Amino acid sequence: MNPFEYAHPQTENEAVALLGEHPGDSTILAAGMDLMPLLQQSVLETKRVVDITRVDSLRGIDTVDGGVTIGVLTTLEEIAYSPLLAEYPSLRDVVDGVRAIQVQQNGTLGGDLCHLPNCWYFRSGYGLLARDGGRSLPEVGDNRYHAVFGNSGPAKFVSASRFAPAFIAWGAQVRITGPEPDQEQWLPLDQFFVTPQTDRQGVTLLKPGQLLTHVWLPGAGQKLSATYEVLEMEGLDWPLTAAAATLDVDAGRVRRASIVLGHVAPTPWVSHPAADVLIGQTVTPETARLAGEAAVSEATPLSANAYKVRLAQTSVTRAILKATGQLEGGL
Amino acid sequence: MAATAVATRGEPAVAAQDGNTNVVSGAKEITLNVNGEDRKVTVEPRTSLLEVLRDQLGLTGCKDLQDIYVDGADTVMIDGKATYAGTTFALQAEGKKIRTVESLRDGRSIDPVIAGFVKHDGLQCGYCTPGFVVATRAFLEQNPTASLEEIRKGLGGNVCRCGTYDGITKCALELAKGGA
Repeated sequence: MNPFEYAHPQTENEAVALLGEHPGDSTILAAGMDLMPLLQQSVLETKRVVDITRVDSLRGIDTVDGGVTIGVLTTLEEIAYSPLLAEYPSLRDVVDGVRAIQVQQNGTLGGDLCHLPNCWYFRSGYGLLARDGGRSLPEVGDNRYHAVFGNSGPAKFVSASRFAPAFIAWGAQVRITGPEPDQEQWLPLDQFFVTPQTDRQGVTLLKPGQLLTHVWLPGAGQKLSATYEVLEMEGLDWPLTAAAATLDVDAGRVRRASIVLGHVAPTPWVSHPAADVLIGQTVTPETARLAGEAAVSEATPLSANAYKVRLAQTSVTRAILKATGQLEGGL
Repeated sequence: MAATAVATRGEPAVAAQDGNTNVVSGAKEITLNVNGEDRKVTVEPRTSLLEVLRDQLGLTGCKDLQDIYVDGADTVMIDGKATYAGTTFALQAEGKKIRTVESLRDGRSIDPVIAGFVKHDGLQCGYCTPGFVVATRAFLEQNPTASLEEIRKGLGGNVCRCGTYDGITKCALELAKGGA
């Protein structure tokens, strides 16, 4: 690991100032579970690590504007157990799938949302776009865990965030501060994620000197929600596919629906076709199945990952059934 | 935060770049509270907590498996939370209470988790065991009445290549029922 500086700001403005001194060459550190191995293996290099864990304003869960604001340093465990988030069961479902107390107790919301792809070419040092001598390695090599949507450009990896589908399905907004002190902007979480066209572009909108600080959820009301992840192994592992559903059901019929898939595209993947199938319908195993079919109707699998299309379809169907209390059996 | 608190050893330390008191560069002497004692150690920004515990403090219970990273053999407790020491920077642990597996024994008195691992044959080669013991202790403190399913979900962050999971799960389940 190359040497670098370690900065430990106490406030958001200090963090932004410290990030801005080496624009493009500074890295944000929270728990470090993603960043540290990337630095140790020289997949990433940095001149400065900015440890934001002492910035108290980034912690905690509060009721704000009829909804709930969550600081990016809030841990998975805090999200799972917070009474303020009890009406958002799709978030708890995500934490349930992260089967390691070390990650539950230390992993942060911001760390999850900004987690870099688990693409094995990226993790072996070939960059986000995984190119070698002009070839796209996922195209010519082993792409079993790569994207089945949004993969026509140079990026073939899948978004690693486990929380993003659930938060996007709830209509979450995120707050970004910087690069100037006290500068802030709010935007919908689904717009936070980008599909990079170059290796330097990154997987989020965050520009050098900017910091993701909070996520805001609208009030839960009577809406129902669930996340369904397909896990290959029983231990700590990343989902093959996931789907989150948030449903507004009135008098037995779906008024509004939001279906978001995870781990199928370079960004979280909002499925309007799946949601459209549900509008005006009663949720039954049959309508849930039709929504799953619609969700994958435009999938574009690579040479070795067509199996993920079926898993994505099933994830959508089961997330909808789980949200409405109709999912039966162990799986 | 005193800018001058940066020791010089190895690479020259540059603390107050641009008058900034929040930046550490190069080696620095810090104090870590480990198993109830304040210990002085010298770290660089890139030094992991695991390296400090093993190489400077001789606490070799936590294990280094750099090629795998998230395997759990490096688990310690920081402020009571189960934490991978290998993916934590030593500087991040300043001011916090660090507990290693060595703290679970006091003379002839050993933690019930260790006794449970022995009773239920929850180890074979022993390499993963110290980290697994610490993770189990931290898990039971958070989930004192955990079910079998909850135990499986909580302890998935430790890998045992010998496959002793069944014994470890039984140990945790017995202690959860016993309210340990």
